Amino acid sequence: MTALSTVRLQREPFDAAAEAASLTRGRSDVGALVTFTGICRGDEAGEPIAALTLEHYAGMAEAEIERHVQEAKERWPLLGVTVIHRYGRMAPGEDIVLVVTTSSHREAAFAAAEFLMDYLKTRAPFWKQVEKAGEKTWVEAKATDDAAAGRWNAGKQQAAK
Amino acid sequence: MSIKLRYFAWVRERVGKPEEDIEVPAGVTTVGELMGWLASRGEEYAHAFANPKVIRAAIDRTHVKPQTPIKGAGEIAFFPPMTGG
Repeated sequence: MTALSTVRLQREPFDAAAEAASLTRGRSDVGALVTFTGICRGDEAGEPIAALTLEHYAGMAEAEIERHVQEAKERWPLLGVTVIHRYGRMAPGEDIVLVVTTSSHREAAFAAAEFLMDYLKTRAPFWKQVEKAGEKTWVEAKATDDAAAGRWNAGKQQAAK
Repeated sequence: MSIKLRYFAWVRERVGKPEEDIEVPAGVTTVGELMGWLASRGEEYAHAFANPKVIRAAIDRTHVKPQTPIKGAGEIAFFPPMTGG
């Protein structure tokens, strides 16, 4: 069984509800749908921000996300996966990233969505720059994000034993 | 050996350009050695590659480690740890 999957990188906003609906329309085998939307917050480290700019490595970003979508499909019985990641300048309140997963049951849909987000944070070649008080600074990678991504490797090693 | 180098985020800002084609000397054989050699190419490169431990690299759009050989590479990219999502 091949799960339907879509990976898109775009400057334009996306419609999370429409993307989710397209994974269930006209079918009755989907029993669980999980959507995660990452949104541009209006503050960074307690200070208000004017905007966020996402730089990406075109070509590599698509390939890297595609690879992790394939891995998710191998690890869980998914019926559909959609990943959309925006790049360019975004104002607070705008959507940045969307992950939608569908499966017959909730466990796979929840786990795969979380796995994909953890990998997007640490392995997909995107870099965030914040604008605040007239200054632009690059967001530093968080150790907690590395730890979140690392736990999926630990699971894989245990499963292999 | 001529290789296309690409830089992203603050590595790009410090080097002062997004990409360049470069002739790599024969003695430079790994990603780590390439970073060391680049750091010797001038003030902006020295600034960009001052702390190679925090710089990530990709060869032909696949993540690699400092000890990865660069032989046969078409495009090598250098960038800070990723902050997507």
